[in-house]
Amino acid sequence: MQDLTDLYQSVILDHNRRPRNRGKLPTANRVAHGENPSCGDQCTVYLRLDGDRIGDISFDGSGCAISQASASLMTLNLKGKTAAEAEAIYAGVHTLVTTGKVDEDNLSDLAALAGVHQFPARIKCATLGWHAALNALKGDPITATTETHKD
Amino acid sequence: MSPAWSNVRADFPILHQQVNGHPLVYLDNGATSQKPRRVIDALVHYYERDNSNVHRGLHALSMRATDAYEGARARIAKFVNAADPAEIIFTRGTTESINLVARSWGHAHLKTGDVVLTTEIEHHSNLVPWQQAAKAAGATLQYVPLLGADGEGGLDLAALDKLLTPQVKLFAFTHISNTLGTINPVAELCRRARAVGAATVIDAAQSIGHVPLDVQQIGCDFLAFSGHKMCGPTGIGVLYGRRALLDKLAPDETGGGMVVQVTYEGATWKPAPERFEAGTPNVADAIALGAACDYLDTLGRDQIAAHDTALVKVAMEKLSALPGIRIIGPRVGAERSGLVSFAFANVHAHDVVTFANEDGVALRGGHHCNQPLMRKLGLTSTTRASFYLYNTEDEIDRLVASLRRIQIFFAG
Repeated sequence: MQDLTDLYQSVILDHNRRPRNRGKLPTANRVAHGENPSCGDQCTVYLRLDGDRIGDISFDGSGCAISQASASLMTLNLKGKTAAEAEAIYAGVHTLVTTGKVDEDNLSDLAALAGVHQFPARIKCATLGWHAALNALKGDPITATTETHKD
Repeated sequence: MSPAWSNVRADFPILHQQVNGHPLVYLDNGATSQKPRRVIDALVHYYERDNSNVHRGLHALSMRATDAYEGARARIAKFVNAADPAEIIFTRGTTESINLVARSWGHAHLKTGDVVLTTEIEHHSNLVPWQQAAKAAGATLQYVPLLGADGEGGLDLAALDKLLTPQVKLFAFTHISNTLGTINPVAELCRRARAVGAATVIDAAQSIGHVPLDVQQIGCDFLAFSGHKMCGPTGIGVLYGRRALLDKLAPDETGGGMVVQVTYEGATWKPAPERFEAGTPNVADAIALGAACDYLDTLGRDQIAAHDTALVKVAMEKLSALPGIRIIGPRVGAERSGLVSFAFANVHAHDVVTFANEDGVALRGGHHCNQPLMRKLGLTSTTRASFYLYNTEDEIDRLVASLRRIQIFFAG
């Protein structure tokens, strides 16, 4: 059970039960959709870009606890960030969920996703919302699927 | 019950292992079944003793390989009671079998304005090939509706009379739903399709290893199945086709082994089954599939069906008692095949499967290659437990205990 409690940390369970910034964002000027065709998980990310900065962000969709919690944590961590900062944060998240290595300076509550690396099948769950967010930042309307993005 | 059943689990080497510190409970048989020693031995024997290319071979090994390969074809013909071994075409599996019909038959017979009829409960493998064939011909695809908010009502057979118009050239449907566990009245569906002159294609992937199956009694034109869901190897499957239809079809793939005469200007085709088996076939796995037929018939498919039915009855009673569970497909007490798909309101299927794995229980979570059906039922995914001849009531208790633990964890 040690591994499972690593995966389903209390932060993850909390964000799964009470997702933050969930629902459509009426003021959004960017929208991108992500889906995982192998399991049917869906995640739409809404952004309001103020210049180069994420003025507001929300997500909507359905999926497992890992995908929902990761998207919820993502919204908290990306609000107010520039596109470049967002990409740097995602790079840290990617390292985290694939290796378990935590960048203590930058990841804060996102470190709760560290347990994902022990479950390779679940990495795509954790990164789904992030791919949609990065696409929205690029203004890329194409659906992000976990089959076209490397993790 | 025959003596072959007395220690059936001992026939499957893979079952005797620990997963995450617990004895493996393998409940993912709808995806693939495990293999008995007899089938594994057939593969080893072939590669150690008889391996050679088949047909046209004049040396001892090639003759033995050819005899074993064609023997497997005859064995499988007997297994489904085909009138003629030439009606058994070896393919890679159900998907390739259905694609073969969709392309070869579709190309020859479908034209603009025709209708291909299928159902709302088909696996993608018996849906997407028909979408493609209909598109290519300018035909339309129509669906027999599923009844009930949880799909508990089965196919709407009353609607079938309206749907089965003279424009319907082909009716493709599953024998047993891989997601709902619904068992379709295949003989009746074939009879009604025949009355309007429509050809019939049955997806038997979930039924072939689980229930007695007789293609002549069912009265279908084509029937597709995979070896790996019936104790056979992966990479081998079958398309059964009525001889009269097969001989009129053009080949889908061309090349060696399927031609009579080749000139620089063109070629002529052998009759079925060779016409549809271009290139070196999957000899070893075909032979091992014959061994799987032997194994299943030693146990008796009526006995396997009875075992599935008894297990799923217990599973339905125990699972339906779990709070907040939504089971799709036939209700408790109604006829269903040996599988149960379910969803919890507050726990996603992938979380369920991850937790069950921690308890050594192998389940499947997702859309089960049934995306339109999931959408219709208002679901994105379900968890599926699917049983087979080696599963036990104790294993259902292990499943239920694991699900209870998951519910408590996520209710937290």
